[in-house]
Amino acid sequence: MTVTLKVSRAPGAALIWGRRLACFFKRLYAKPLSAIGTTISLIFLLIALAGPLIAPYGENEIVASDARQPPSTQHWFGTDNLGRDVFSRVVLGARQILVLSGLGAFLAVVSGAFLGLLSGYRGGWIDEGLMRFFDSLLALPALLLALVLLGTIGHSTFSVVLVIVIVYTPIVTRVVRSVVLSVKSKGFVEAARLQGESQARLLFREIFPFVLPALAVEAALRFSYAIFLVASLGFLGVGVQPPNPNWGLMVKEARNYVDQLPWALYFPAGAISIVIIGVNLTADGLKRAWQAAD
Amino acid sequence: MITPVLQIENLTVAYRRGGEWLEAVRDVSFHVHAGETFGVVGESGSGKTTLALAAMRYLGENGAVKAGRITLAGRDLLALSPVEMEPVWGKQIALVPQNPQSSLNPSMLIGEQLAEVLRHQFAMDAVEANRQALDWFERVHMPDPDRVANSYPHQVSAGMQQRVLIATALCTEPQLLILDEPTSNLDVTTQAVILDLVRELIRGRQTAVLYVTHNLGVVAQVCDRVGVLYAGEFVEQASTRELFSQPLHPYTQGLLASVPLLGETKEKIHLWAIPGQIPPLGKLPGGCVFRPRCGLAVQICETQPPLYVSGLKRVSRCHRWEEIQKGEVGDWRVPTVSKVSAPGEDERRRLVLNLDALHVDYPQRPSLKEMLRHRPARKVSAVRGVSLAIPQGRTVGLVGESGSGKTSLARAIMGLTISSAGSMELLEIPLPASLSQRDLATLRHLQMMFQNPEEALNPFLTVGETLRRPLIILLGKSRAEADREVADLLQAVRLPASYAARLPGQLSGGELQRIAIARAFASNPALLICDEPVSALDVSVQAAILNLLLELQAESGSSLLLISHDLAAVGYLADEIAVIYLGSLMEVAQATDLFQTPYHPYTEALLSAIPLIDPTAEQRPIRLAGDIPSPTETPTGCPFHTRCPRFLGEICQKETPPWREVKATSKRYYCHIPEDDLRAVQERLPVFGQPLTG
Repeated sequence: MTVTLKVSRAPGAALIWGRRLACFFKRLYAKPLSAIGTTISLIFLLIALAGPLIAPYGENEIVASDARQPPSTQHWFGTDNLGRDVFSRVVLGARQILVLSGLGAFLAVVSGAFLGLLSGYRGGWIDEGLMRFFDSLLALPALLLALVLLGTIGHSTFSVVLVIVIVYTPIVTRVVRSVVLSVKSKGFVEAARLQGESQARLLFREIFPFVLPALAVEAALRFSYAIFLVASLGFLGVGVQPPNPNWGLMVKEARNYVDQLPWALYFPAGAISIVIIGVNLTADGLKRAWQAAD
Repeated sequence: MITPVLQIENLTVAYRRGGEWLEAVRDVSFHVHAGETFGVVGESGSGKTTLALAAMRYLGENGAVKAGRITLAGRDLLALSPVEMEPVWGKQIALVPQNPQSSLNPSMLIGEQLAEVLRHQFAMDAVEANRQALDWFERVHMPDPDRVANSYPHQVSAGMQQRVLIATALCTEPQLLILDEPTSNLDVTTQAVILDLVRELIRGRQTAVLYVTHNLGVVAQVCDRVGVLYAGEFVEQASTRELFSQPLHPYTQGLLASVPLLGETKEKIHLWAIPGQIPPLGKLPGGCVFRPRCGLAVQICETQPPLYVSGLKRVSRCHRWEEIQKGEVGDWRVPTVSKVSAPGEDERRRLVLNLDALHVDYPQRPSLKEMLRHRPARKVSAVRGVSLAIPQGRTVGLVGESGSGKTSLARAIMGLTISSAGSMELLEIPLPASLSQRDLATLRHLQMMFQNPEEALNPFLTVGETLRRPLIILLGKSRAEADREVADLLQAVRLPASYAARLPGQLSGGELQRIAIARAFASNPALLICDEPVSALDVSVQAAILNLLLELQAESGSSLLLISHDLAAVGYLADEIAVIYLGSLMEVAQATDLFQTPYHPYTEALLSAIPLIDPTAEQRPIRLAGDIPSPTETPTGCPFHTRCPRFLGEICQKETPPWREVKATSKRYYCHIPEDDLRAVQERLPVFGQPLTG
């Protein structure tokens, strides 16, 4: 009896995390809007993962005889002026845009978390210098900054990721820093300092758990903005180059034939807005779920 | 028979939480007559604020009266519609709330806020309302009423804000005045002034007063009759005198025996700690609600006790009240079985901590003008030249009001704030000012307990991990050894070893404070600083924590620096007491000597301001004018001269006073007035166990 009690009180780490994950999804599905958002995000995630299995054609497969077809049972979203299947391109483009913006947002969150912890905890000139530098970066509109950076480092898939990191790190840093500032003067941090804890442990074991909720929300938000940025850059023709199935790039290409082939424009544009709405609603749900937990 | 102003019969109030109704107040009956002050005393979560709000039908959205009657001057309040209630509020029932800051509109002039009430309630014109508002400010003894009327709330102190609220509540001459903890956010000297004011204003008025508080001293000094609320039920009701001289419920007994009286010491009296904690609303025990914590519980207590009426208007909700009344059962103040060693004066003790002229300044950011003119940076002097020695194994108490610099001093000793001048020695070795310059051996010997137990423990770490860290880092134990010792530590603070797996969110305030104590004692420090160790806890839990501190100190031989605003608690625990005001020590003495004349004028005011837990005690009112000055502009000369009731004249303003030693005692004080002159004008203030005619 006592043994089972002990086991149930101190379950394994995997079990704890499993339970937390279940609880987390339960909370996300508690409110209708965040449930819709989460579902949309999960569907797009699935499309990105299983893209080649879903898409009936290759991304650059040209069926010349089927060029300029409206949506039909054969080509669900129609075909573009070259005869490429729009549905396949949208489906296959999902992986690319989600990976690019996901990777960019992830790296921005990691570097932002690190810099925010350091800047908030250490204070002094490190904090002052970093914050003023970031302020000057943030003074420029994100898209403008991205264009300037891409012009400097050249156009490639890698540089798009780098641009996302540079544009969004300051914002994440600020969010993390503000949480650190509110936590670092609390009794338990000071008590840990009085016990000679190392700085690394103070930052990552004592303070970091408090940053996590805000960071999760911020990660989701940055992700949605990164999708937006990648699509915008594609539309402007910088960063990824044709014949890549980047949604923004597809919109740019279809713009010229919008009178004749509106479907080639509407479907990728719709994919951009739906995925951004989905991720944003998820971020909102996350925020509310954390607040409810407090 | 005269109709009481407020009559409450069998009132039950519930809150809806997650689809179910939780009864926060159950079956409460009492009445308040005109000109009478009825006190409701209870700990947090006892339902006292709910009761007050229900009495004026001002419950929130999720609250509702489930049963009972509320009558105001014969009129059934529960039968009135919300629209009909509106003229009752303000005009017939007025409330003085707990937190003056959030109750005043920050964007409106103070005078206008009071005038608005007068215009609304009496249909006065603006000129007349303003004139009467000023009148009321004078009646509540507002210094400089014109200036205050033309100020915004943030420009005046909390004490002044509370006066404004009292004036606002009384200006409509209500039949019933409800005071909800009106002084619990104030310093003790300000509290004394406000309590005087309340007493003066209700005397001679036919107002019925419902006074809600957790402070037994305030009840004893202000109320005529008292009801003791526990977990939503009145466990006892009596006149103040009867209640304090002979409580008839074990909870009341326990409360009274768990609070140290002013002047009581650990050598004489052992505080009685009520075990356990107040049950949460959803998990009330069946039968008598106090049964799980009661030392007298027997079989019959498993049935709900009725209200037993004894003599004239005395009510107790205890099955065994008659036995208690006859003195057959019931623990009472028990003398200490001398576990605590009496302080040996002759013994030459090693000094654990020695502070010499310690200063703590907080530099202010200079303005642009100051920067351009190269002015020296302004600073806030929080601690100004404190010299203090703490001998081994002894407890030194540091007493002061908020803003006196006591926490700054503690932080400077710990190295969390860097002292700007002066020197510190730990175990006769110089102590570096900054925490980063101290080695692990130093950290090991110097530990601190923080004020708020909820903030003192990381909510994401288990109790076991929190307790293990100091053992591993400071004592160099292995993980396995540390884990074993965590169990011992938990046992030392009377908690089961299974608590090691718990997170702080699963513990009550008292349990959290036990863990904080266990952590602080883990490295067996030479000096432990306790910053307000019990002020965030409920009264019934405080005694257990104080006892635990005493016990662990006796076992480990650590010295304690006990920082508190509560002179009674410090007087109980400490061997030596230092009184601090605006960053300077005013008086230092052995605990027993502190309560003897001559006093430093500030100590005298502090002692006379504390509401004694004895309605028969006659206190001599020595009240301080004004408020504690801002530390940015500390007065010249003696820091206390702006408020000193024994102000001499120019010398106090211009010259810093000398330290004077009192003959044949351990007392030294910081004042221009010589010992004999002070003795001649001061009388002994009443404290526990010292008859005044002595």
